[in-house]
Amino acid sequence: MGILEVKNVGKRFGGLQALSDVNLSVKENSVHAIIGPNGAGKSTLLNCFVGKLIPDTGSVMFNGQSVLGLKPYEINQMGISRVFQTPEIFSDLTVMENVMISCFARRDGSFRMHPFETVAHETDIVEQAEQMLEDVNMLDKRHMHAASMSRGDKRRLEMAMCLAQNPKLLLLDEPTAGMARADTNNTIDLLKEIKEKRDITMAIIEHDMHVVFSLAERITVLAQGTPLVEDTPENIKGHPKVKEAYLGEAA
Amino acid sequence: MKMLGLSNKDTRFLLIVIALTLLTPIILQPFPEGSSLAQFNAGYPDLMQRFAIFGIFAIGFNILFGLTGYLSFGHAAFLGVGSYSVVWMYKLLGYNVVPGILLAIVVSGLFALLIGFISLRRSGIYFSILTLAFAQMSYNLAYSVLTPLTNGETGLQVYTNDAQVLMGAGAPNSPHFFGIVMNESSKLNLGGWEFTFNNGYYFCAIVAILVFYLSLRIFRSPFGLMLRAIKTNQTRLNYTGLNARPYTLAAFVISGMYAGLAGALMASMDPLAGAERMQWTASGEVVLMTILGGAGTLMGPILGAGFIKYFENIFSKINDQVLHGWFAFLPDGLENFIIGVSHFFVGKSWHLTLGLLFMLVVIFLPGGLVEGGQRIARAFRNRKSKDDGAQARTQPAE
Repeated sequence: MGILEVKNVGKRFGGLQALSDVNLSVKENSVHAIIGPNGAGKSTLLNCFVGKLIPDTGSVMFNGQSVLGLKPYEINQMGISRVFQTPEIFSDLTVMENVMISCFARRDGSFRMHPFETVAHETDIVEQAEQMLEDVNMLDKRHMHAASMSRGDKRRLEMAMCLAQNPKLLLLDEPTAGMARADTNNTIDLLKEIKEKRDITMAIIEHDMHVVFSLAERITVLAQGTPLVEDTPENIKGHPKVKEAYLGEAA
Repeated sequence: MKMLGLSNKDTRFLLIVIALTLLTPIILQPFPEGSSLAQFNAGYPDLMQRFAIFGIFAIGFNILFGLTGYLSFGHAAFLGVGSYSVVWMYKLLGYNVVPGILLAIVVSGLFALLIGFISLRRSGIYFSILTLAFAQMSYNLAYSVLTPLTNGETGLQVYTNDAQVLMGAGAPNSPHFFGIVMNESSKLNLGGWEFTFNNGYYFCAIVAILVFYLSLRIFRSPFGLMLRAIKTNQTRLNYTGLNARPYTLAAFVISGMYAGLAGALMASMDPLAGAERMQWTASGEVVLMTILGGAGTLMGPILGAGFIKYFENIFSKINDQVLHGWFAFLPDGLENFIIGVSHFFVGKSWHLTLGLLFMLVVIFLPGGLVEGGQRIARAFRNRKSKDDGAQARTQPAE
């Protein structure tokens, strides 16, 4: 039994069958990559995990509980955090405030009215947030406006915000999209470091094969809304079906 | 210097605000009586009361609009509800303002809960339109449908045959706070100056200081941080396990209660309540005040409220006669021309001036008057540090 169990998931948008009969099992504490050509349904599938979309058929179970029909914030409170393709951060706030919000969400749940406490007096939250920033080497930038940072730093900050919640499952939607080679390698190192330090399961959607083969323990190849094969990176590399999906019938 | 759970900086800030508020009757009376500039004085009770009351209205509005970014066009509805509550308490119990003010806060809070619960299902322009629709409905209800409750277009007021069950024999016959009558003042004549210390103003001022302190605490709280997070990125907020709806609803109710309190204070100064207080122009005014002063800043809304109320008062008092006095030194033709042009910007048409000022601020100072102040302060600091630098360089040469 994996931590994330996807059974017979199907999703249709008008005339387009975006997903059909998707079965997937992500093992606890593993790094599982989902790859596939453009339009294969990777992002649609991810959106079904986090509550942005509800599949027409099938089930998505996280830790033995169904996530279907739950709101994104409820699913997040169950222990699934998501990193977006373009970093979603609170750009009007400082780096420190960004991470503190995650710490508050973890401690206080989805809503708590505390209008007469003072952020600066929440020493445990401040310490947690500083520790988190230290872990991603951003402590020196804690007073910076999040909007004024480089894209690589924004990605790093988003990662810190997700990790500050101590999620069981981290979903990464093309974490290195649009990054220069050096930034990509930094991100790979960061993810490896995170994986070593804590018990966490990661599911990565990625185009960049370099990233996928550096990190993943299992790979699922998606094509036209259906899983083609699921195997270890070594076996995927030379798999004829994968080549066919990426390069077309002629290859 | 730390006080009341505030940081050093905030404590200093609060003390400055308290000092300015309490000294307002002196600060706003800079010109001696009878001098030609006396018309620019603003130290009379009626105007100072309006500064404090609209300041409270704008501080509350800023908690919703400044922090969460949800632009409500219906906050005048809560203002009106507050006024009606107070006048009803006058009619039923007596002229002490306390029961009315408490009732106003409760009723406007409940009313805000209802309107907020429905309107906050949408965001952006749709939210604004929903609140506007609710406010206009409230206005029309108050104006005609609910006449037994609001006395329609005449407005609600106290009549001699009203119950006033708690009125003692010797109790004051106008709004008072445990015997302190609102419309009484003491005057102080110093040289050519005349200062008016009005009970009503000080009552409003102390309430304003209290609610300013509350808003300062909200700004610095985790709750305030969440509200700012809602303004900047709701997607990230949802995927960080936070539910935006109860936060925005709480902000909406709090700001509705502030508006109710402001309405209650209006009726505490002058025991009347009319439907026109709920009209959309009144809702729009508080939006202007907040943006003009600087949305999302602590001081902005208060500055904006003071600015608009001051200029409303000054410009609307300038009539053609005053203009003739000013431009008498010019040749006749030119004088008439200038007065003809100025005519459109003063007196009853002073809104044109307000519109122009508002446009200038929004275009050149998107952060409002507060940003203007910050820019000036920065310019001074830069010049000073440049001077210091110049001295540092020249000194070794000597």
